[in-house]
Amino acid sequence: MPKEPVAVVGVGQTKHVAARHDVSLAGLVREAAVAALQDAGLTWADIDAVVIGKAPDFFEGVMMPELYLADALGAVGKPMLRVHTAGSVGGSTALVAANLVAARVHRTVLTLAFEKQSESNAMWGLSLPIPFQQPLLAGAGGFFAPHVRAYMRRTGAPDTVGSLVAYKDRRNALKNPYAHIHDPDLTLEKVQAAPMLWDPIRYSETCPSSDGACAMILTDRAGADRSPHPPAWVHGGAMRSEPTLFAGKDFVSPQAGKDCAADVYRQAGITDPRREIDAVEMYVPFSWYEPMWLENLGFADEGEGWKLTEAGVTELDGDLPVNPSGGVLSTNPIGASGMIRFAEAALQVRGRAGEHQVEGARRALGHAYGGGAQFFSMWLVGAEPPTG
Amino acid sequence: MRDVAIVAFAQTDHLRRTDELSEVEMLMPVLHQVLDATGLRTSDIGFTCSGSSDYLAGRAFSFTMALDGVGAHPPISESHVEMDGAWALYEAWVKIQTGEADTALVYAYGKSSPGQVRDVLTRQLDPYYTAPLWPDSVALAALQAQALIDAGDTDEAALAAVATRSRTDASDNPHAQLSGAVPAGDYLVQPLRTGDCPPIGDGAAAVVLAAGDTARALCARPAWIRGIDHRIEAHGLGVRELTESPSTRLAAERAGVFERPVDTAELHAPFSSQEVVLRKALGLGDEVRVNPSGGALAANPVMAAGLIRLGEAAARIHRGESDRALAHATSGPCLQQNLVAVLEGESAHA
Repeated sequence: MPKEPVAVVGVGQTKHVAARHDVSLAGLVREAAVAALQDAGLTWADIDAVVIGKAPDFFEGVMMPELYLADALGAVGKPMLRVHTAGSVGGSTALVAANLVAARVHRTVLTLAFEKQSESNAMWGLSLPIPFQQPLLAGAGGFFAPHVRAYMRRTGAPDTVGSLVAYKDRRNALKNPYAHIHDPDLTLEKVQAAPMLWDPIRYSETCPSSDGACAMILTDRAGADRSPHPPAWVHGGAMRSEPTLFAGKDFVSPQAGKDCAADVYRQAGITDPRREIDAVEMYVPFSWYEPMWLENLGFADEGEGWKLTEAGVTELDGDLPVNPSGGVLSTNPIGASGMIRFAEAALQVRGRAGEHQVEGARRALGHAYGGGAQFFSMWLVGAEPPTG
Repeated sequence: MRDVAIVAFAQTDHLRRTDELSEVEMLMPVLHQVLDATGLRTSDIGFTCSGSSDYLAGRAFSFTMALDGVGAHPPISESHVEMDGAWALYEAWVKIQTGEADTALVYAYGKSSPGQVRDVLTRQLDPYYTAPLWPDSVALAALQAQALIDAGDTDEAALAAVATRSRTDASDNPHAQLSGAVPAGDYLVQPLRTGDCPPIGDGAAAVVLAAGDTARALCARPAWIRGIDHRIEAHGLGVRELTESPSTRLAAERAGVFERPVDTAELHAPFSSQEVVLRKALGLGDEVRVNPSGGALAANPVMAAGLIRLGEAAARIHRGESDRALAHATSGPCLQQNLVAVLEGESAHA
């Protein structure tokens, strides 16, 4: 029996900010969930199961927070799953929820991811080494900067490309009312003049620390028929993982990312992603990851990704808009960041992305990665239901 | 629904401390055992899912290193739940139901020895109102036990009998951490004595799932998952009736437990008093063999203990000792979240 088609009929986000002192963890997640229910025209009673994700529990200091959050998410008496796949978790969480619908285990599922970084200290949460294991170093930038440098060396990309991405994403964020960083006075010169944090990554090219949550309502074909707004249909979704460190690992373009994208394109019948995909929400926590992932995801040949960025192809009005929402560079509630990518892709094909809507977007890719560039999750959503 | 079975199960010997082993080193033997038992290699597996908790290791992203134990290159289709491995098995079962995979490798591990697990588990509680008071897992279980005694559902002698039966049964389980006759012991938190409480230890487990004919090819007598469901309850103990487990009852109904009698039940009851609650919720009579492995009172590697219940129940079916078994896993204080599965051998279904 073929899988049940899966539709996204509700999307909800909080306004992402550095610190939401006005709500508890429970209040934060409930805000996003209620917004998603309203978008879907549904109530708590319509939800059969809840799938929740976030990055490490240490980020808030709460072990297995799904236990405490069960009440706030209307999960009492229902199944509740908690996914954790590092930075890719927001995407993985959505895929686990989508599988529940695709397998016809449940008809309508609430999926939600969050991070409330102000409750604790993410740098501390990432800096608890145990003996004989490679620590992720103090903060993620220290881990990823050498791989950016490797990309530059390998491709000959000029060192101006990273700042172009940051300038673009932060300008896009001005059109997204939920984005964390809103700097109306932003100029390319300001981006370029920012201090160097982890060479070649400047302060202006790094993601912020945000409090925020993102929720989606996923449902079956019958549920989509009742949706008050156009749904987004899941045409393909996949996860791929590889170890953090091993001889032969390509940190610039990990095999797991290539394989994951290839699986999604196969499911969705995409043979030329550059031409067939209208918008991309890509997980770019440090600006240089845009050109790197353009190659990893098959939008550009190896060594050519930076040329797309430099030519303006990835601008909001470009030929292949990347991160019209402003992306992770503008909003980073870590555990939610992947789900925001997936949700923004859905908003694009639903025609509900507001000021940052890509005109005529019919197919969009949501992408997330995590760990030491080792966990990948992606989905491709479309305005039309999948055929076959 | 596709027919999916547990076709292989392995667990470590559960020990109070494994200082000499990393998580990967603890995990690798059980991964190899289930792969060897089925003849599968990592590259043959359709989906991999694990369960663990960073809080036991005391560092974030602990599970990312565990993937080294799988040998995950070329890259694999893989996921992780920050829950007991029983829920990882559930996610894998769903994945197979979508038709995107025919086999799954599921594993779970927990090392309680690096920290004080009673303190660590307090971090599960409401972070604003309850966790700051540090009420530990034994104290909360004791509240539940006292509520049961007050309700006339059990008494201390009956609880001691549960502990004695579990540890006697564990004598036949070479992996158990505690076995043999155990005195009731002193009160740990009244009314629970040391014998009513689980040992603290380190351990890991793995299973292989397979669908339909693949399962038949990999295992002489697959343990078919006839139903599986899980439910959560409210977090606040004050809004729950602690002598009942409505989430277990509901999950059991959805899993089809009550359609026909079971002969075996592997219950994840870390405290003797919780077996009383679960027996009532599941309607288990004396004719049902409960926890022949010794259960969580004999070995309770946090995060793996629930998956081990599924594995132990399946292993009895593999060996022909059970035709229809119930397996249960729990999470959270005082049985807040519960998973129930029904496993059957082929002959029972015919």
